[in-house]
Amino acid sequence: MSADMLELVLMTVVTAATPLIIAAIGELVAERSGVLNLGVEGMMIVGASVGFAAAFSSGSTLIGALAGIAAGVVLSSLFALLAIGLAINQVASGLSLTILGVGLSGLMGAPFVGQKREAASRLAIPYLSDIPYVGRLVFGEDMFVYAAIALVAACWWFLNRTRAGLTLRAIGDNHHSAHALGLPVRRVRVLSTLFGGACAGLAGAYLSLAYTPFWSPGMTAGRGWIALALVVFASWKPWRVVLGALLFGGATVLQLHAQAASIGVPGQLLSATPYLATIVALMILSIGARRNAAAPAALGQPFVATR
Amino acid sequence: MRIDLEPRRVRSRVLEIAAPVGALLVSILLGGVVIALLGKSPVEAFQVYFVDPLLESWSLQELAVKACPLVLIAVGLSFCFRANLWNIGAEGQFIIGGLAGACLGIATHDGAMQETFGGWWILPAMLLLGVIGGAAYGLIPAILRAWLGASEILTSLMLVYVAELGLDYLVRGPLRDPHGFNFPQSVTFDDVARLPFLMEGERLHAGVLIALAVVAIAAFVFARSLFGFEIRLVGEAPRAARFAGFSEKRLTLVAFAISGGLAGLAGICEVAGQIGQLQPAISGGYGFTAIIVAFLGRLRPLGILIAGLVLALTYIGGETAQVAMKLPQDMTRAYQGILLMCVLGADAVTRYRIHLRIGG
Repeated sequence: MSADMLELVLMTVVTAATPLIIAAIGELVAERSGVLNLGVEGMMIVGASVGFAAAFSSGSTLIGALAGIAAGVVLSSLFALLAIGLAINQVASGLSLTILGVGLSGLMGAPFVGQKREAASRLAIPYLSDIPYVGRLVFGEDMFVYAAIALVAACWWFLNRTRAGLTLRAIGDNHHSAHALGLPVRRVRVLSTLFGGACAGLAGAYLSLAYTPFWSPGMTAGRGWIALALVVFASWKPWRVVLGALLFGGATVLQLHAQAASIGVPGQLLSATPYLATIVALMILSIGARRNAAAPAALGQPFVATR
Repeated sequence: MRIDLEPRRVRSRVLEIAAPVGALLVSILLGGVVIALLGKSPVEAFQVYFVDPLLESWSLQELAVKACPLVLIAVGLSFCFRANLWNIGAEGQFIIGGLAGACLGIATHDGAMQETFGGWWILPAMLLLGVIGGAAYGLIPAILRAWLGASEILTSLMLVYVAELGLDYLVRGPLRDPHGFNFPQSVTFDDVARLPFLMEGERLHAGVLIALAVVAIAAFVFARSLFGFEIRLVGEAPRAARFAGFSEKRLTLVAFAISGGLAGLAGICEVAGQIGQLQPAISGGYGFTAIIVAFLGRLRPLGILIAGLVLALTYIGGETAQVAMKLPQDMTRAYQGILLMCVLGADAVTRYRIHLRIGG
């Protein structure tokens, strides 16, 4: 394989990893505050359909991305109302969000099935993007990729270097102590949930605006769930999300190339590899680490203020 | 706006029943709003979804036939959910159960293996294979959780995709009918490998009786057996359960085996009852809808039976609405999501006194 080819393959790996990074980093922040939102898949797919609809109607990728974000925020606010406002079981609330999202995305995307638009444009910096072998990989991605990296950096900085981030982590580790200290447990959790929703919506919009520039029902194909697994895989540490997403992106792309090359393995088996890889990754991680030692201690527990 | 929750000391019996009913009514109103937004008549939709299917004999039978897999799966899920175990891969266990049983149905096609003993043993063996297949598939996430601590939510869900792709491969490959003009489907089963119909020339098959029996058995287990008590205790007071010496590992495995087994049974009932052959997709998302059924039925067998009929109604209504009103199939799914949200919200009403403070 020539170096140019390799660069192209690596670029597709980055493209496959980007939606996972964006969705997972949002969920990571929510989980650090103690909220387990299983609605990622639902928010992502609504983000994809709304994002495409808005971009197609307005002709602007940016408006599409913003619409995707807005859709994610609206859906996650429903989750916040149930799981935080009413202290309902987070697993069940998240599942309901995913079921709702899958249905809604189909309803809203129906008029746009079969429509196509230009994929989000890629960056082109004179000279820099023309550097052989690495120029386009580093300086020629679409804007979402850079946004994703910036997002991860910002989240790392926020969680580890700011007082507000410390507060958020404290709430995720022990909401009763945090409440006793006068920290606004529910407000912080609502905000981090909305942030997670915004990220999931953006990740979905990326799929229909850049990854494949069209909308098709069910196009997220479980990526929201893989993003959830990535958070566990990353032991709730932002930069590890990037590493994990690149590995998964790599597996996905490898599998696609293997299908194209028809190496004699059934296509369905190859298509199953990202899901099997997720299971294996969760297994390896669980063997390596002491059982969920890295998980926020109050993750998934509903909080009801007692005086 | 602030929502303050004050735990209720005593949970009222009236509210426990009124809550899901109220949730159903609210969800119907919200569904009507969505339909109005789509530019259709909510009144007509209500008629098509919730009234028409109850008026004719064939649609009533269809209702029971659709409710059958939902109830079977949801009863199984209630074992997991009550113990705070989250099996959300019932869809996959349904598929593997259906696949395992169907293999025998395909092997005995056209009188094969029936010369010496006749064909009476085939159907029971198929059902058994369905249970075993589903249980084995359900045990994978249980084992990963019990021994490695891997999240059963994620592993069980990932296995759904694997099962779907596996079935697709087999039906298009090794299990395809060689004389089927390349259609992606298996041979049709012999009559001895089909669930018998309860009435000549009608749709109602014996799977419905199996579902009713399972509901009765589950109700007994929860109410009267030590195992049912164990499940409830682990879910409601895990510390107490540990002091009582109940093994969490064992419980995880057993709950998942039951839940997977019943999903597998539902799968083979669907294949041997409704379909009569293998197709690339054998479930209409029953495994996920059953999650709603389980919660709407408040995780109790009898409640699940009623909830299964309600959700089956939305399936049939959805199919009619697709033809009669050009409402897309996704409307049904969206409505089911709304319904689950309402059910969960109503659950909060039974647990807490809710005080709304505006601007506080």
